[in-house]
Amino acid sequence: MLALIRRRRGAPEPAIRRDPAHELKIRRDPALELKIRRDPAPTRWSYKYQRLMLTPLFRASVRIGLPVLLIIFIATAWFTNDANRAMLDRKISEWTEAFQHRPAFMVAGMEVTGADSDLTAAILSDLQLTFPVSSFDLDLDAIRTSVVAYAAVKDATVGVQPGGTLSIGVTQREPVAIWRYQDDLWLIDAEGMTTSLLTARADRADLPLIAGDGAKDAIVEALALFRAADPIRDRVRGLVRMSERRWDLILDRDQRILLPPDNPEAALERVMALHAAQDMLDRDIITVDMRLGLRPTIRLSGPAVAILRNTSAIQAEAGQ
Amino acid sequence: MMRDLYESQRAMRNMRKAAMQRGVVAILDVGTSKIACLVLRFDGPEKFREQDGVGSLAGQSSFRVIGAATTRSRGVKFGEVDAMQETERAIRTAVQAAQKMAQVRVDHVIACVSGARPRSYGLDGEVNVEGAVVGDGDIGRVLAACDVPDYGAGREVLHAQPVNFTLDHRSGLADPRGQTGNKLSTDLHLLTVDAPAIENLLYCIKRCDLDLAGIASSAYVSGISSMVEDEQELGAACIDMGGGSTGISVFIRKHMIYADSVRMGGDHVTSDISMGLQIPLANAERIKTFYGGVVATGMDDRETIEIGGTSGDWEKDRRTVSRSELIGIMRPRVEEVLEEVRKRLDAAGFEHLPSQQIVLTGGGSQIPGLDGLASKILGQQVRLGRPLRVQGLPQAATGPAFSAAVGLTLFAANPQDEWWDFEVPTARYPARSLRRAVKWFKDNW
Repeated sequence: MLALIRRRRGAPEPAIRRDPAHELKIRRDPALELKIRRDPAPTRWSYKYQRLMLTPLFRASVRIGLPVLLIIFIATAWFTNDANRAMLDRKISEWTEAFQHRPAFMVAGMEVTGADSDLTAAILSDLQLTFPVSSFDLDLDAIRTSVVAYAAVKDATVGVQPGGTLSIGVTQREPVAIWRYQDDLWLIDAEGMTTSLLTARADRADLPLIAGDGAKDAIVEALALFRAADPIRDRVRGLVRMSERRWDLILDRDQRILLPPDNPEAALERVMALHAAQDMLDRDIITVDMRLGLRPTIRLSGPAVAILRNTSAIQAEAGQ
Repeated sequence: MMRDLYESQRAMRNMRKAAMQRGVVAILDVGTSKIACLVLRFDGPEKFREQDGVGSLAGQSSFRVIGAATTRSRGVKFGEVDAMQETERAIRTAVQAAQKMAQVRVDHVIACVSGARPRSYGLDGEVNVEGAVVGDGDIGRVLAACDVPDYGAGREVLHAQPVNFTLDHRSGLADPRGQTGNKLSTDLHLLTVDAPAIENLLYCIKRCDLDLAGIASSAYVSGISSMVEDEQELGAACIDMGGGSTGISVFIRKHMIYADSVRMGGDHVTSDISMGLQIPLANAERIKTFYGGVVATGMDDRETIEIGGTSGDWEKDRRTVSRSELIGIMRPRVEEVLEEVRKRLDAAGFEHLPSQQIVLTGGGSQIPGLDGLASKILGQQVRLGRPLRVQGLPQAATGPAFSAAVGLTLFAANPQDEWWDFEVPTARYPARSLRRAVKWFKDNW
C-alpha cells in the first residue's frame, strides 16, 4: 500500500504478480503419473549408420584402418618439412652421443703387455690416442691391424678391460738367428721374419749367424743344422746359403763343411760322427765336401799337403 | 497365380537358407500392442547335425537368442499395418535395439502376421505312384494334384502344409517316401490371408533394409510354442489373445489343421475401460494390467482404485472406482471374445477331435481368473500356456505375450515342410518334352 501511495501520479501501474501459493494445486497419486516409456524411433539415417557400424569389415576398417591412416598422414606431413627432419637427425645424434659418453663406456688409459720397452714406446707413440675416449669411438680392429703391422709383433690382442683401460696384448717375435745381408745384421725369428736390425754381432752373441741370399727363407733347415752341429758349437761361425740351394757350415780356422741340398742334416751328422771318431775337424782340413753322399771329400790345407807328401815319401823310402 | 506363389515362397526359403549360412536371423512379431524383435544365432552343436527326429532340447539347441527388444507398437490395428510410416518406425526401433544388444547386424527377418483375416481350407489330392516306391517326385505331384479352391482375388497363401498321407488303404502316414504302394493321396491344409496386409508388412520390412526369410501365421507359431507335444498330437486349440486380434489354431497329430483369428483382443478391453471410466487409454491400460480381472468377489467391492486422469480438474482426476466395477466393465468384453472364439471353433468342428484341450496364451491371457471364465465358455479342458523356453531368451520375454515370437524362433529353426518345399512336376516338363523330341528324331532318322 505504501508503494501505491508513494506512486507518482501518471506512472504506469505495476503488473499484477500472482502469488504461487494462491494457485490451485492438483495433487496427483504418483502411481498414476503417466509414465509411458519413451522409446523414440531412430531416424532412417541413424538406423542405417548403426547397421553400417555393425558390419564387421566396415567396423574393422574404421577401428583400425582409420587411425593407422591418420597416423601415417600426420607422420608424412611432419616429415615433409626439412627443418623437422634436420631436428630429428640432430636429436638422434645427441642422444647417441650422450649414451656413448656415459662414464661406463669411457676408456681412460692404455696398457701394452708382452712387448719390450722399445716396442711399447713405438706403439704408444704411433697410436696417438687422446684419453679419455668413448669405447664406441675406438676401432679395435684398426688398432690391432696397426699393431700387428710392426715387424717385431707376431700377434696382438686388443680389448677394452672392465676398468676402462685399452689393453693391447702383444706377442713379440722371438729372434732365433742373425742374418747378415748386405752389410746389415738382421734378427730373424723361427718363421724367417726379420724382427729388427742389429748394430753389432756381439750384441747377440748367443744367436747363430746365417748369411747368403735366401738364407732367411730356409731358417727352419738352418736351425736344424745348428742343432746337429751342437758338438762343435764353439767352433761354428755360421751358415752360408749357397745359390739359394744348399748350405755351407763355416767353422773357425776357415774350415768349411759343404752340405748337399737334399737332407743336409744327415750329411752333417755323418761329419759329426767322423769328427767324434777321428777328430777330423781338428785336423788341418780346409773343406769337408759332403755334396756327394757316396763320395765325401776332404781338402787339406797347403802345408798339410806338403807335410803329407813328405811324410809319405819318407815312409816310402823307409818301406823300400 | 499358384505359380507365382510357389516361386515367391521358394525364394523366401532360399533366403532362409542364406540366413542360416550367415548364422544370424531376426524374428519380428508385429503385433497390435507391441513389436518384439529377437536376434537368433545359429551356431549350436546341432547346426550341422543330420536331422533325425527331434534333437536335444526339443531341437532348439541349434540356436541361441542373442538379442531381444520390445517396443510399443505404433500404427498397427487388428494385427494389420494401419499407418505405414509409424509401423516402419516402430519396426526400426525394435530391430535397432535388438541389434544393439546382439552387437551383430541382421539382414534376414522372419515375421508373423496376426490379423489379415486368415481362412483355412482342407484340400486333398490323389495320384498313382510312378514306379514301385513313393519318391519325392510323387509327393510333389500329389501336392500339385490338390484341387485348389477359389479363395478369391486379393488373398495370399500363407501356409500349405501336408497334414496326412494315404497310401492305398493305409492312412495317417507322416512320411510315405520309400514305401511301396499304388495310389497316393494327401490332405493339405491351406491357409490364406488378405494379400494387402501381407504386402504392407513386407513393404515396411523392406523399408528397414531387411530381407524377409519367412512368414508365418502368428496363431500357428504361438501354437507350436505354447502347446506341449501330446496336446499337439491328440488335438488341441491354441487361443492367442493378443492386443488387437485373437488367434485360433487347432492342432492334431502335430499338424495345424485349422487357423482363424477374431478381430478383438486386449485393446478392446482397454478401450472399454477408457470409455466406461472416462480416463485416458494409457491409464486404462495401467488399471487393467494392475487391477483387472474377470471374476468379482465380495472383497473386490471394498477395494477402491484411484483411476487418475490428466484433465486438470481435481474432482475428475481424483475419482476412484471399486475393483468390481472394473471387473464389470472387463468381463462382458472378454466373454464376447471367448464366445466368438467358441463360434469359430464350433464352425471348425473342434468338438469332433478326440481331445479338446484349450491352451490360452498371448498377453490377454494374463487376466486373473480368465481360465475359470474360459472353461465355462470353451469347455472343461482349459489351461494357461506359456511359451517354451529357448536358450538365451531374456526373462522379460518369457511371458505368454511372447509365445508368437518364441514360436517363430522354433519355426525358424525347424520349419514344417510345406507344399513349396517339394519340386512340382511342371518344373520337369521341359526335360521330358526334350526327351520326347530326341526320341522322335531317333525313330525317324
